[in-house]
Parts: sequence; C-alpha cells; structure tokens
Amino acid sequence: MNTKARSMLKKLTRRNEPYIFLVLLALCLLIEIRSGQFFSSNNLVDIASAMVVPGLLAIGAFMVIVSGGIDVSFPALASLSVYATTKFLLDINYEGGVWVAILIAIAIGAVLGAFNGLFIGYFRLPALIVTLGSSSVFKGVMQGALNSKQLTTIPVGMRTWGTSSLFIARNPVSGLTSRMPVAFIAFIVVLALAYFMFRFTMFGRGIYAIGGSEASAHRAGFRVIRTKFMMYIMVGMIASLAGVIRVCMMQQMHPTNMLGMEMNIIAGVVLGGTAITGGRGTLLGCMLGTLLIVIVENSLILLGIPTSWKSVFTGALIIIGTGVSAYQVIRMNRTRSVKIKARRVA
Amino acid sequence: MAESLLKAVDIYKSFVGVEALKNVTFAIEPGEIHCLAGENGSGKSTLIKIISGVYAPDSGHMEFGGKSFNKITPIEAIKNGIQVIYQDFSIFPNLTVMENLAFNSELADRRKLVNWKRMRKIAEEAIAKIDFKVELDAIVGNLTVAEKQMIAISRALMFNTKLIIMDEPTTALTKREVRNLFNIILKLKERGIAILFVSHKLNEVFEISENFTILRSGELVATGTTADLDAEKFTYYMTGREFKRNYFTPVNVSEKPIFEVQDIGIEGRFSNISFSVHKGEIVGITGLLDSGRSELALSMFGIRPIETGQILVKGEPVKINSPTKAIEHKIGYVPDDRLSEGLFLSQSIGDNIVISEIDRLAKNWGILDQQKRSDEIAHWVKELAIATPNPDNLCQTLSGGNQQRVVLAKWLACNLEILVLNGPTVGVDIGSKHDIHGILQALAKEGLGLIIISDDLPEVLENCSRILVMKAGHIVADMKANEADEKTILSYML
Repeated sequence: MNTKARSMLKKLTRRNEPYIFLVLLALCLLIEIRSGQFFSSNNLVDIASAMVVPGLLAIGAFMVIVSGGIDVSFPALASLSVYATTKFLLDINYEGGVWVAILIAIAIGAVLGAFNGLFIGYFRLPALIVTLGSSSVFKGVMQGALNSKQLTTIPVGMRTWGTSSLFIARNPVSGLTSRMPVAFIAFIVVLALAYFMFRFTMFGRGIYAIGGSEASAHRAGFRVIRTKFMMYIMVGMIASLAGVIRVCMMQQMHPTNMLGMEMNIIAGVVLGGTAITGGRGTLLGCMLGTLLIVIVENSLILLGIPTSWKSVFTGALIIIGTGVSAYQVIRMNRTRSVKIKARRVA
Repeated sequence: MAESLLKAVDIYKSFVGVEALKNVTFAIEPGEIHCLAGENGSGKSTLIKIISGVYAPDSGHMEFGGKSFNKITPIEAIKNGIQVIYQDFSIFPNLTVMENLAFNSELADRRKLVNWKRMRKIAEEAIAKIDFKVELDAIVGNLTVAEKQMIAISRALMFNTKLIIMDEPTTALTKREVRNLFNIILKLKERGIAILFVSHKLNEVFEISENFTILRSGELVATGTTADLDAEKFTYYMTGREFKRNYFTPVNVSEKPIFEVQDIGIEGRFSNISFSVHKGEIVGITGLLDSGRSELALSMFGIRPIETGQILVKGEPVKINSPTKAIEHKIGYVPDDRLSEGLFLSQSIGDNIVISEIDRLAKNWGILDQQKRSDEIAHWVKELAIATPNPDNLCQTLSGGNQQRVVLAKWLACNLEILVLNGPTVGVDIGSKHDIHGILQALAKEGLGLIIISDDLPEVLENCSRILVMKAGHIVADMKANEADEKTILSYML
C-alpha cells in the first residue's frame, strides 16, 4: 500500500496540474489574507461568471494545440459571427428567444471554422499562417462588408437571457450581490462534452494521436485531414457560442471588444501544461491555467494593485508558469536517461 | 513446389523521369528470412512501398498467395498479411503503450468510441505474442528505442500477419538489443512468418538471413541463398566496384608524440586513460556503446572537459575546456551524429566547408572576401571529390558519404594537426566508406595525427596503426593493428 501511494505521488509530481493547483491556491490565500474578500460568496460567483467566456474559448484553443496546430483567429471569428447575427436579428426586429441567436451564430461559426479547416486540413498549410490570415479576413469582412459599429441595443431575447441568473449570491458584510449567469450551464455542458470526446471517442484520441505524430496517425488509419477539418469547425462553433454569451452578458455589441483575447487564452492553455508542440495536455490542466489567468485579471484589485499593472502580472505569471513546465520536461528527460543508463549496466 | 507468399514480377517504377526500379522480380516464401540490401538510392524503399501499397507500380504485377494484383492499396496489403515496420516505428510518443498497441485494430474495426477495458485486453494479447514485458500505462516516448521497436513488432503481429517488412531495424540498437531482436525474428520464423529485413550491414545480413536480394540503381543485381555469399561478393554487388582492403602502414612517424593524454578521467565515465599519438599515426579506440569511448572523444575536443589528469600537445601541457581551445591547439573533431552536431544541413555546402575558418577569410572590418571564399570552397570540393553540381546547393541534398566529406573538408580547411573522428563512417554506404578510408590514410601520410573512435572492427583493423580497446571506462588492451584480429579485440571488449 505504501509503495502504491508513493508511486501515485511520484506520478502526480511528474504532472503539471498539481503545481498549477498549488499556485492557484497560494494566490487565492494571498488575496484572502490581504483583503478578506476572496472567499466571500459574491466574489466566487463573480469569478465563475468571468470564467464562462475565457473557459469556452480555452476549450477550443486546447483542442487545436493538442492536435499540434495553433489558432489565433478565434476572437475575430467569434466577433464576425456574433456581429452578423446581432445585426441581422435587429434588422428583422426579432423579438423571440435567445436560442435563434445562438443557433445562427454557431452556424456562421461552423462555416468560418470550415474555412480555416479547409486550408489547414485539405491544403496542408501551416496553421499559424492560415489563422493569422483568416483573422484579418474575418475582421475585414466585419468592418468593411458589414460596416460594423457599436450596437448599443441588442435583441430583447439576448438581453433578457444575459441578465437572467441561476441564483444570486449576497455578501453579508458588504451587502454586494453577484448573479450567477444562466450561461454558466452552457459552459459546463460544453466542457462535459469536450471531456467525453477526448476521453471516449476515437475522434478525440485521434486529435492526441495527430499531435503526437501525424505520419504515424495516418499509417495507423486515422483520417487525419478529416479530423483536422472537423476540429476547426468545432472550434469555430465553440468560439461563436462564447461570443454570443459575451454580448448577452455585456448587454451591447462592441465589435472590436474581443479582439486581442487570443494571447491570454493561449497562455492559459499552455500554463495548464498543454505542450505547445502538440500531443500532451489535459482539459483539467487547461481549465486550471485559464482560471489562474482569470483570477489574476479580476482579483488583483482586491490586493490593492492598480488595474494598470494587470498586464505586468499576467505576463510574469506566463513566464513563471511556462518556465515550470519547461523545467519539468528537462527533469523528466534527465531521469529518463539515467534510467536507460542503469538498464544498460544491469 | 509450394506457392510463394509474395511474388513481385517485372516491377517498373519511375518518378518524373528518374527510374527507381527497372523490372525487378523477386519472391518471398512463407517463413523465410530474406534480406533486401542496396545502397542509398538503389530502390529499396520504393520496392517496399510498392509491396505495401503506398506506391502503384508503372508496370508489372504482384502475386499474393496465388492471387494476382496490378496494384494494391495499403489496406489490401494489410489484409493479405503484410506489415511494414518503418524506421520511426510509426508510434505516438505522447500516448501510452496501450493506446499505441490498440489503435490500429480499433481503427480497422471502425470503432467510433473508446472502450479502455477492451483496449487493455487487446494490448495485453499483443505483447504476450512475443513475451514482451512492459507497463501498459507507460508513455511510449519514455521508453528505449528497443522497447519502441518491440511495440511496433507486437502491433504488426495483430493482423494475421504473414510477412513483416523491417526497414533498417538495427540502426539505433545496442549489441545486446540486436541479439534480442534476432531471437524474436527467429521465433517468428518458427511460426511461419516471413521477414523481409532491409539492411546494408554486412555482418547482420550474414547472421540472420537465409536468402538475399541486392538492388543497385533500381536493378536487381543478385539474389540467392546467403550461404553462397561472401563479404567481397556482397560489396561488389552493392557497389559494382571491387575494393581491395588497403591496410594502413604508417610512414614518417614523428619521434615525439604530438598529442598525449596522461591519466585523464571524468567521474563515472572513464578514468586513468593514457596514450599518445605521433604524427603520421592513426590510433583506433574501440569498445561497446557504454564503454566511455564517446565521452573520451568529447573530452579530447573540450566538449566534456576532463576532471583529472592532463592533455599534452607537442609535449606542452594544455588546458582544453572548450571546442574553441581545442581548435586553437589545432585539434579537430568529427562527431558521430554529423547531422545534429557536425553540419548545418539547411545551409549551403560551401558555407559548411568554410565555417570553421571564416575569420581567416575576412578582409578589413570583418567583411568576407568573396573571392577567397569561393576559391577555398572550390579547392576542397575538388580535393575531397564531393559530388555536387554546385557548392551553393544545400548540404541536405548530399548523400551520407558526401556529407561526411563536407565535415572533413571543414576541418582540413583549418590546417589541423590532430583530428579526432567518432564513428567516421556510420550510416555511410560502402563506396563512400572506402573513399573516406582512403582520405584518412592519405591525411596521416601527410603528417596529421588521427584518432578514430569506432566499433566497426574491420574499419579499425584496416585503417589504424595502433588499437586501444575500452571497457567500462578503462583501456583494457593496447595492441599493434597488424598483430590484432577481430576475435581478440572482441574478447577484450566483452
């Protein structure tokens, strides 16, 4: 039993998630000690609500990175599909529920994702180049063809959904209240589906396999091109869902508001132990990494640090976090070569 | 007569005008160990890819168990019991042993969902077939090369396999691992599985194969039973040239040594090593992979500085703790892994040649003298007969043998006095190997001191004047090459 526990512990220290978890815990405790407000019910609900959009985007980014690719176009993709949807619904004076908006946005997202998937999958172009390009194209279509400007009102269905809540948390000391948005359920559902896909479908294992070795995946019988194509469609759909949720929660459509989010999202994914070279990483780690970034972005104010310093802290966190992952890899390689040496001598 | 397992008849294939295979016909019988040999570019890999369905032949046909095919798809090849184990083993380094083993059959069954219990069962059955012990949850990237190969073999056996094609399976294995692999091949043979073994290593061909086929520039030059083959014929078939063994006899050996090591050591790697090299001499150092021979080579060039003892150049004690220091004392080093350590593959041949002497080619203000540079490049390309139409071509366009010549040229351009070579002909085909040996012997005659570190015993015996044998970090034997033979050296090595 003891040896079993020890080998469990050894396995744990080799993984990235425990370290991220400890850093997260330390940060939370630090904020709690300084402000006494971190573990208050309304702050926790605030963080959960702030996690919805980045969490969804991170699931998409995680998928792409595990496959050995990269996507920097998802904020532009989401902006375009949501802007088109909102504008269209306003123009026809749509007054029904939010689900139409969600369905239209997801459909447009699928088409735009297919655009990425076509070039990356079927034409085998490098993912970074394609998504840098498509990011510009999406932005250009939105600003040029659709002549985008800020929409201060959004359709009534989106508006009411954005303010509806599962429950309201109230801080007994300060009297502040926070709403848990209904959209949190959407996040949990997508997360659960993604977990199931990665763990229990050949499609999901295929994404890992492609990230490990594309040539091997092809020879083993995975349909590499189709898997990539489908995956970029899924990423487009998830990003668009995140976009709709964001617009609903903000109660207005600001076309350029999401642009530039890609860096922090990708940083969160990598921070959570996902190898930027593909093939390695877990959804749990990805979520922990994203949560860490979300907390730093939202709670530094509780530490008395001015928000203008926020990007310095996020940046430092990324460097330290990825540094730890890199050190882990070095350590693993070292123990490996020692092990092999020992075996040769034996 | 029994029906052949596989017959390839009159296979012809060309790629944009280049003829890769010219009407090759050969057959494999059930349970036969057949060696396919040939130099780089002889058409070996094209033939394998046609048999396994990756390429379609331009003309000719194949027969599997009596059925005739003009061309087959990879799936049909697998259904007919053919499995290829490529040099990279087609594994997923990021996934577990279990997944690596089970994916192929799960995909063949067109499964959409993953059942981890079933995958474990499939994996357990697969490794049991060759009595291979491995933790199924281990990540494959953390295993040794030999273990990865065992995974590839167990996986290949899962499909009612009749023929396994192994592409240069011994390349990265230690001697013991090769032995283990051969035992498994023999066991597979007992079960009636045929093996097509692709190799250009003479001793392996003789040891394991019953029959052989040799290709040269797309043509089948010889096929038959290995018992009728000897080393000279083998070399002749491979290259179309006759080689006489040129045993090296040193001339003009200097009285005083130009390079000496006294009692040098690195904790845990090697210790108490002393020897000296005179001008005009070639000293060979041999030993097993873990004998410390590579570390010794690196220490003489300052990459892994020595911790005890001293190094003397021309009788003067010198401190060599970096490659820059070594070059200052006119010591050069040709690494065993020339691809990662010795060359800039994506740079031009010319730049690779002049890189080490680039300072001497500069005019005032450090500006490169283009005329001097191209003269120098032209000189070395001619001197070492590097086969290229244009030295501005990238280094990766050259064959292994020619790449090795570029590495040599790079060092010779620096006017060295001592050259340390670690495995000078690893991965080089026979023809180039012969030429490189000629170059090394000529260099010694011109007055360089050479140290060759190699486990290729015929190479050491042919080219060295003195042979040191290393074992577990010590020199266990020091003999004159003309008084040594392979058997004695081996008895010291093991």
